[in-house]
Amino acid sequence: MTLRSSPRSFTAQPRSDVFISGGGPAGQTLALALAQGGLSVAMADAQPPAETLAEHFDGRAFAIAFANMRMWKALGLGEALAPHAQRIEKIVVADGRIGGPARDGVSLSHLFFDREEIAPGADGEALGYMLEYRHIRRALDQAVRAEPRIRFLAPMTVEGFEAGPAGVSVRLASGETIASDLLVGADGRKSFVRRKAGVDVVGWPYPVTAVVATVRHEKPHGGVAHELFLPAGPFAILPLTGHRANIVWVEKHKAAQALLAMREEDFLAELRPRFGDFLGALSLEGPRFGYPLSLQLATAMIAPRTALVADAAHGVHPIAGQGLNIGLKDVAALAECVVDSMAAGLDAADPSGLERYQRWRRVDNVSMAAATDVFDRLFSNDNLGLRVARRTGLALVNAIGPARRFFMRFAGGAEGALPKLLRGESLAA
Amino acid sequence: MTQEKAPLQSPSIDPAELAKFAALAAEWWAPDGAFAALHRMSPVRMGFVRDRAMSHFQRPQGRRPLDGLTAYDIGCGGGLASLPLARLGAAVEGIDASPEAIGAARAQAAALGLPAVFSVDAVEAMAARGAKPADLVIALEIIEHVADLRSFLEAIEALVRPGGLLILSSINRTAKARALAIMAAERLLRWAPEGTHEFEKLVKPEEITSALPGFAWEKPVGMSYSVLDRSWRLSADVSMNYLLAGARPG
Ligand SMILES: Cc1cc2nc3c(=O)[nH]c(=O)nc-3n(C[C@H](O)[C@H](O)[C@H](O)COP(=O)(O)OP(=O)(O)OC[C@H]3O[C@@H](n4cnc5c(N)ncnc54)[C@H](O)[C@@H]3O)c2cc1C
Repeated sequence: MTLRSSPRSFTAQPRSDVFISGGGPAGQTLALALAQGGLSVAMADAQPPAETLAEHFDGRAFAIAFANMRMWKALGLGEALAPHAQRIEKIVVADGRIGGPARDGVSLSHLFFDREEIAPGADGEALGYMLEYRHIRRALDQAVRAEPRIRFLAPMTVEGFEAGPAGVSVRLASGETIASDLLVGADGRKSFVRRKAGVDVVGWPYPVTAVVATVRHEKPHGGVAHELFLPAGPFAILPLTGHRANIVWVEKHKAAQALLAMREEDFLAELRPRFGDFLGALSLEGPRFGYPLSLQLATAMIAPRTALVADAAHGVHPIAGQGLNIGLKDVAALAECVVDSMAAGLDAADPSGLERYQRWRRVDNVSMAAATDVFDRLFSNDNLGLRVARRTGLALVNAIGPARRFFMRFAGGAEGALPKLLRGESLAA
Repeated sequence: MTQEKAPLQSPSIDPAELAKFAALAAEWWAPDGAFAALHRMSPVRMGFVRDRAMSHFQRPQGRRPLDGLTAYDIGCGGGLASLPLARLGAAVEGIDASPEAIGAARAQAAALGLPAVFSVDAVEAMAARGAKPADLVIALEIIEHVADLRSFLEAIEALVRPGGLLILSSINRTAKARALAIMAAERLLRWAPEGTHEFEKLVKPEEITSALPGFAWEKPVGMSYSVLDRSWRLSADVSMNYLLAGARPG
């Protein structure tokens, strides 16, 4: 069923209510949310699905906040994701020197977040869920292809678009043009939609690269996530299903390049003193991946007939694992605004609806970018004075504020008005 | 006026005419054009119309809750309310005295492929020739511009079928409206060209209800504007903008 069952006698080109450029995790989630709300969606992704769904396309694993997990469940992905989701029961943040999380035991400079404190009992809501990129991608891809309201084109690149009073016409690499009410840029950090819409970005690169790898370990991790602040930057051990963990290891570019290039045994030898031996013997699973980090914020999230979501609108430091999480909040808010506009008979790109989206998300996104940046500066500095101050607990008091706030957000999205999907509600009329 | 009769592609639409009015449509439909203020009212205005119509005609939730209803949009201008009604499923006819506005409305409907009909007409003339009454009649932000309120309202009454619903919206004639609605809207915010509204022509809600005593009127509902958010919301304060719904007994 299409939303507007009436024939569109004057429009020769195919038309959908919304066109999404970029079928990454944000774009695909948005497509599902809009389709659930009754809208017709066309979506293009530049990469061939055979690549994006391959076993080793992307080594990242995501810590997904439970509000976002609730949204994915509300969109019907619960069953597909459940077998791959590792509950996070506890988070330990420590100001470390090389030596591993288990080395100095409980010290003043540790912060604990225990799920039991918030949601006691064996089936209390987890602090979050660890999910590997490929499992997210596969679950989303399957759901998108099963949804008749979504037309998914991949590999297909968006090459141009033109917005006018009666819609936006999107030009594809195939030569086809598709008309829509609204064009959404979910096309990642280098967003073509953002550039073409004339939206500027502010930001700066960090002089570091995140090295990501998956390790197998001997002993069970018990669902504990560790974030350790080492001189060059954060080092995280994130629990995956089974006896596995995803590590995110931030180093200066040069050191990171070396870590990526060296033989496996050498890499493990570098890893062991940082990781510690609390989980027993370690081995690598799959390749290592490197992601240079930067902070980047679009100066606007909307333009006429255009909206930006997730990395297209903001790229933050992965220090608190928030990149996709805040992107998914954009998705939930935009979907609700657009569905509300159409429910009142308005254009999907109704300016009031788009402005409501921008108001809803902008403050959160800017403060997250600023907070991750400050947090990173506080912790990534190997200045002796700072280190001593941190050790004595003086700076800890300051650090607890942002840290706690992070993980509170992380654990549930404590902000006032949560979009329906993040409360686990459907957008279906 | 029935669903079948609402022509998707009116034979009266001449492509050359459409092209001529396309520029005007652009003006009516540009989000930051001359009619931006009206566009900003759309979410709350259309939400009200949809909700009142759904409850009056006992329509279930859905994408086209007004399916099968006939509607007149009186003083439709460029079709800002007619096209949403068409999207919600109503077989709508927009009426306006201005041929330019009607041309713009037709051009936009055609570009969107929406089956709304538009006519250059006047309610008095329609009533006089016995035009078919509709289930739903809306007259939004128009009564403050009419020359003879009583004859306008009486003509409108004849266009609402017994058992049908009438919805109006306007600006109240209060000191606050004078200070804010006219001064702020026209002079400060430059939403509407100066002279768009004359204070003496503003209408109080009770003047409407007393002119059409045969209707079962609901309490008027206010609309307030937040300068900060640049958006409207429903409110209890009817001293400025208000919405009014009344049912014609069946
Ligand atoms: C090391 C690292 C660790 C991270 N860890 C976490 C974490 O734990 N938790 C978390 O929430 N976030 C994390 N993030 C952030 C997260 O990776 C991103 O926020 C997320 O991938 C954004 O998704 P997206 O859909 O916006 O963009 P992307 O995943 O970049 O997808 C964009 C898509 O658009 C397509 N595209 C681009 N241009 C075009 C075009 N012109 N036409 C058609 N298609 C186009 C691309 O092919 C791509 O598929 C991490 C990031 C890094 C670097």
